[in-house]
Parts: sequence; C-alpha cells; structure tokens
Amino acid sequence: MILKELSEAIGVSGNEDAVRKIILDAIKDHVDSIRIDAMGSITAIKKGTDSSRPRVMLDAHMDEIGFMITGFDSNGLIHFTAIGGVDDRILPGLRLLIGDDKIPGVIIWTPIHKNRDQHVVKMSNLRIDIGVSKKDEASGKVKKGDRAVFDSRFMEIGEKVLRGKAFDDRVGCSLLIDILQGGPYPADVLAAFTVQEEIGLRGAQVAAQTFNPDVAFALEGTTANDIPNPNADPDKDEDPNPTCRMGGGPALTVMDRSMIVNPVLLNFLRQTAESNHIPYQLKTQLGGGTDAGSIHLANGGVRSAVISMPCRYIHSPTAYLNRDDYAHTLKLIQTVLNTITFDEAGRN
Amino acid sequence: MLDLKAHLKALVEAHAPSGHEGPVREIIRTAWTGLVDTMEQDKLGSLIGIKRATKSVNGTAPRKIMLAAHMDEIGLMVRDVVDGFIFVHRISGVDNRVMVAQPVMVHGRKPLPGLVASVPPHLLTEEARKKYPSFDELIVDVGLPAEEVARLVRIGDLITPDVPMMDLQGKKVAAKALDDRACVAAVTACLDALQSISHSWDVYAAATVQEETGLLGAKTAAYQIQPDIAIALDVTFADQPGVDSDDSCEMGGGPGLGMGANFHEKLREKIKDTARYHEIKVQDDVIPAASGTDAWAIQVSRDGVPTALLEIPLRNMHSPVETCDLRDIERCGRLMAHFIAGLDADFLAAIEWDDLKAKEKASA
Repeated sequence: MILKELSEAIGVSGNEDAVRKIILDAIKDHVDSIRIDAMGSITAIKKGTDSSRPRVMLDAHMDEIGFMITGFDSNGLIHFTAIGGVDDRILPGLRLLIGDDKIPGVIIWTPIHKNRDQHVVKMSNLRIDIGVSKKDEASGKVKKGDRAVFDSRFMEIGEKVLRGKAFDDRVGCSLLIDILQGGPYPADVLAAFTVQEEIGLRGAQVAAQTFNPDVAFALEGTTANDIPNPNADPDKDEDPNPTCRMGGGPALTVMDRSMIVNPVLLNFLRQTAESNHIPYQLKTQLGGGTDAGSIHLANGGVRSAVISMPCRYIHSPTAYLNRDDYAHTLKLIQTVLNTITFDEAGRN
Repeated sequence: MLDLKAHLKALVEAHAPSGHEGPVREIIRTAWTGLVDTMEQDKLGSLIGIKRATKSVNGTAPRKIMLAAHMDEIGLMVRDVVDGFIFVHRISGVDNRVMVAQPVMVHGRKPLPGLVASVPPHLLTEEARKKYPSFDELIVDVGLPAEEVARLVRIGDLITPDVPMMDLQGKKVAAKALDDRACVAAVTACLDALQSISHSWDVYAAATVQEETGLLGAKTAAYQIQPDIAIALDVTFADQPGVDSDDSCEMGGGPGLGMGANFHEKLREKIKDTARYHEIKVQDDVIPAASGTDAWAIQVSRDGVPTALLEIPLRNMHSPVETCDLRDIERCGRLMAHFIAGLDADFLAAIEWDDLKAKEKASA
C-alpha cells in the first residue's frame, strides 16, 4: 500500500520534495492536468462527467512536523528547533534522521543517576548527538538549516491497525491518491496536495486561490485521544477525553480553531454517511486547525468542510490508524463526489 | 574472528530484563561455544564460561580469574490492563522521562509491538506541558482490540524498548541495553583474543543476572567460582551535558579503570601497567566509595576477592539511546586478554599486602 511509502518519505514543511515525487508518480496517469505551483504544492484536475455539478476541491497536505538544525557546540553536539507543533516531553532519547543524507542522530539525555528533575527541559536546552566530538566534524555532516524527522518504522499491527510516522497528513495524501485512481466522478475533482500546512495552512491558501473551487473538503489525519485518563476521577461519570475514537469512522469537524464548518455542508455529509450506512463521528475539539481554515477564506470565500481519519499519537514518531476508518472515509468522499450538487455547495 | 558489532547488535536487541535473562543468555551461550572449554549456569541464571589454562606452571593447579559483566537490562512490567490499554511498573532504574512516545515490545503470550502513548500537543494544557508523565501516567498501547489484549497480556508480563541498534558516525552506536551488554561483548572479545594467546590461569567468564536489581547474580556467581582475582565490567558515564567532567570518561578514549576502595589498588596498577605496555588507552575513573557495580558484590565474596573494574564510557545511560564507541569495547577485550596472558604463579604474591612480609624481614 502506498501509505507505507508516503509515511516513510521525509517531507518537513518547506521541503516536501520526496513526498511530492511519490504522489506525482501515483496520480499522473489518472488526472487530466497536473502542475506544481510556486509554493511547491501539486494541483491536479480530474474532469467530471457532468458539467452541471460543482467543482470540488479535495485537499491533503504533504508536509509533516519535524525539526531544523540551528547550530553546533564545540564538542560536536547539535542545536535544533521544531517546525510545527511538538510536545517537548517526547524529545528525550528520540532518534532522528537529519538532512537529505538521513544522518542518524539521537537526542541526548542526562542519565537518571545524575538528574531526576521532572520539570520539562526546553528544546533549546536539548542537543542531538550524531557521534562526532568536534564542531567541524558535525558541520561537515549536517548543515545549519537541514531538516530532521523522527526515525520511525511503518508497521502493520493485527488485522486492523497501521502504524507509522507523519500520518498527519500522509493518510490524507494516500486517500486522495486512491480517489484520483478511482472514478471518474460526476463532479470535477480539483486535487491539491499542499505544502506548509503545519506552519500556518499556507500551501492550501494559494492552491484554493488558484483553483477557485465551488466547494472544498480538507482530508486529514486528526487527533484521536481515546485512551484512558490515568488522572480521571472514578466517581465522576464523564468522558475523560472528549476527542475522536479510533475505529469510529470518519470524523466530521463542526468547529475547530481555524473555522466554523458551514452547517448545510456538514448536514449533507452527515446525511450521506447515514443513508449509506457509513459510521461517522463529530469533532468539536477546539485544538488545532486544518487547511480548510485557509481554503474557506480564499478569494470570495469557499464553502468548506473537514473530513478526517482519527489517528492516535499524531505529532509523535508513531501514529496509529484503523483500516476501517480509512475505508469508510474513502467511501464517504467517493459518495459525496457522486452526489454533490450546487444545493449543497452553494451558489455564488 | 569475532564480528564485534554483529555480536553486540544481537546482544542489545535481545529482550531480557532483570530476572528474565533467558533470551540473551542463549545468545551468549552460542557466542561463547568454541571460545570456552565448558559452560555452567548457576542457580540464579548467570552463565559461566570456563576457558582452561593453556600452559601449566610447575604442575600446580591453575589459579582462577573471574570476569563479570551483567547481561540483564532495565525494563517495565505490566501493572494493569484497562480496556486494552496497559499500565506499567518499572523493573529497576527506568527513567520515565525517556519513555513517552517510544516503541516498546510487550512480552505477552506472543511478542506484541506497541508504544508508550503520548498526548497530541493540540490537546495539552499549559500545566501538562510543564512536567514529564510519571510512571502512574504511562500507558502502553499495542493497537489491538481490548478483548484480544485481555487474552494475550497478563499482569506481570514484561515490557522492553523495541529499538534496533543504530549506527552513528565513526565507530559509535546507539541502542538500548548497552548497559551492560557492551561489557558482555568485551568479555567475548577477550575470550576470542585468548584463542591465540597462551595463558596459565583458568578464565571464568560470567554473564551475570540481576545486577540492576541489586548486584545479585554476581554475588552467587562469585561464590560458585571462588576466584583468586576478579575483573568486573560495567558502563560508566561518558562526557555529556549534565555530567560533571570530573565524574566522566571520554567516549572513545579507552576503557575506564575504577579507582577507589571498591577496587584492589595493586591489581588496578597491574592492569594499568599492562595497558601502558601494550599501548592501550585507559582512563582513570575515580569512584571513592560504592561503585554500584558487580565489583561491589564480588569483592566481599567468601574470604574476599581482589577485584578491579573496567568500564565502557556510555552516554544517555538508562535510555533507549545509550551511546558508546565500539573501539572502547575492542580495547577493553584486548586489554583483559593481555592481562590474563601475563598472569603467572607469582602474581598473587605480587599483589599481597606487604606489611607482614616487611615484619618477617625485620625479624629475620
């Protein structure tokens, strides 16, 4: 499956080249036009069979969170900073791959024998060790400005679960590839594989401005945090973690930090799912935003929604995805492409 | 010829925390087969490989040197299973701060790859970002349905980091369990070198159990072996931020040689002489009192055993990215082989306290 290849590719925001290459190879025989815009995003069009239908933009971002090399100590240890949202608490003892040559490095950690402080150490005080002992040896192997990613292996677990890095949003890229390889659909599909989502929804803005679609859907891997809360009060009968549930079907965003989803479009998605017996869940967790946040403001405004596959542990070295969620999301979007009209997309 | 790196990789990638050393013991048994004359296993599980003297001294029974490196590693244990999610205890000195988001292997009815759960930054409160999750808050997720986890995982099952050995620049590697399997590899390198060097002492190579839970295996192994002298091997702190430079050795600067009450001063000097003669780099490592190593247990075995400590400098001790330099392991093995080759009938007399001899001389 192409998700493995996409997950293992390195494409931190601002340098998505390796991911773009995989996607271009996968879609070039299945679309009518294809270009790479000035930002580096792929914009491809798959013509529909019914010109009376709205032009539907589907967006998935190619970039992933990661790190950038910022400097060197005299002893060869390397300074770094984050690109995108990273929890400093996961950093001690992580393995990274740096730059185009994928130089392996580890984030060093003072042994527990010497320091037991439980306060979180800031990223600026952590260092990467690539196994050299002098500054010029380090700067000969990796350069200031090189990007680094988590070193993580893709794996299939049991019958249902896939695990790997960068599922936010390579699962969306994989899904959009599957959509383009299928069809044709009645509606035109304007496919955007965008750059720089993790640092401010930037590639999608330009792609949407260029496409000027009638309606848009951002396809995402989103936060499932359906794990027990060890600090929950057992006497209170409340849902400890009000987020999406892995295996619960596609998550339809009602509202997030970047937008309020148009209720007509959201209702259309819900009805489409219900009438096709596709399980779904509503996402109201306010943290985070998606490309739809910038797409819905493009040009004169675009009616937009977010359809996400719930993934555990995104923005960490390893995320989990349930295959059923992927299949249900694919079915929902393909059904939407077959049925959507201007009634749902809205008329200008 | 020993492929040291491949041997080390097999050792560190084996999953064998304290009290459950079986898998790594079998790897060591295989590696030592052919390098030693016979192998024994003591009742706690330590493996003892015996390489007999290859030359005799005046027809007397050979003396015994014990080499001890512990084969156990730190790890976690299943404390509870809730809705398919696993809560943990720690076995010995695991650091909760390096566990979040790490891949682990849960040793249930079959090995289950999993990871330690992290909360996406989007959902974290400012308060939660300030402190590392405690052991009570660590959750292992193997990604399987709750009923399958309930069937496959029981309370008391073991959990270890699931990370391969990683090559860094030069001869450096990062891995779990280099503490203390880097030293097991050094012992193997020593036995390998002794294949072509004659020696008049018997060599008892011990891969000990349960060091991390209190130097336990070395205690029983030393009792069983009854060595005349012993060298314990362990890792020591290498230079890195947060570790005092006076309290660390340079990674790649040669094995450390412990100095302090836990080590027999004359034995230590003899090892240092050997290093100087063979131009093998060693570093003095000052450990004034308790060394926290198998040397502590061996030194007080039976009538007392003159004991020294050789050390492999290691960064990030007790993390899944412990880092060391293969050259230090190779040097440590070579140094021990040369030292053993130099042991003769007079050696014990040479390291005895000389107070009484001085008195005898005076009264003569």
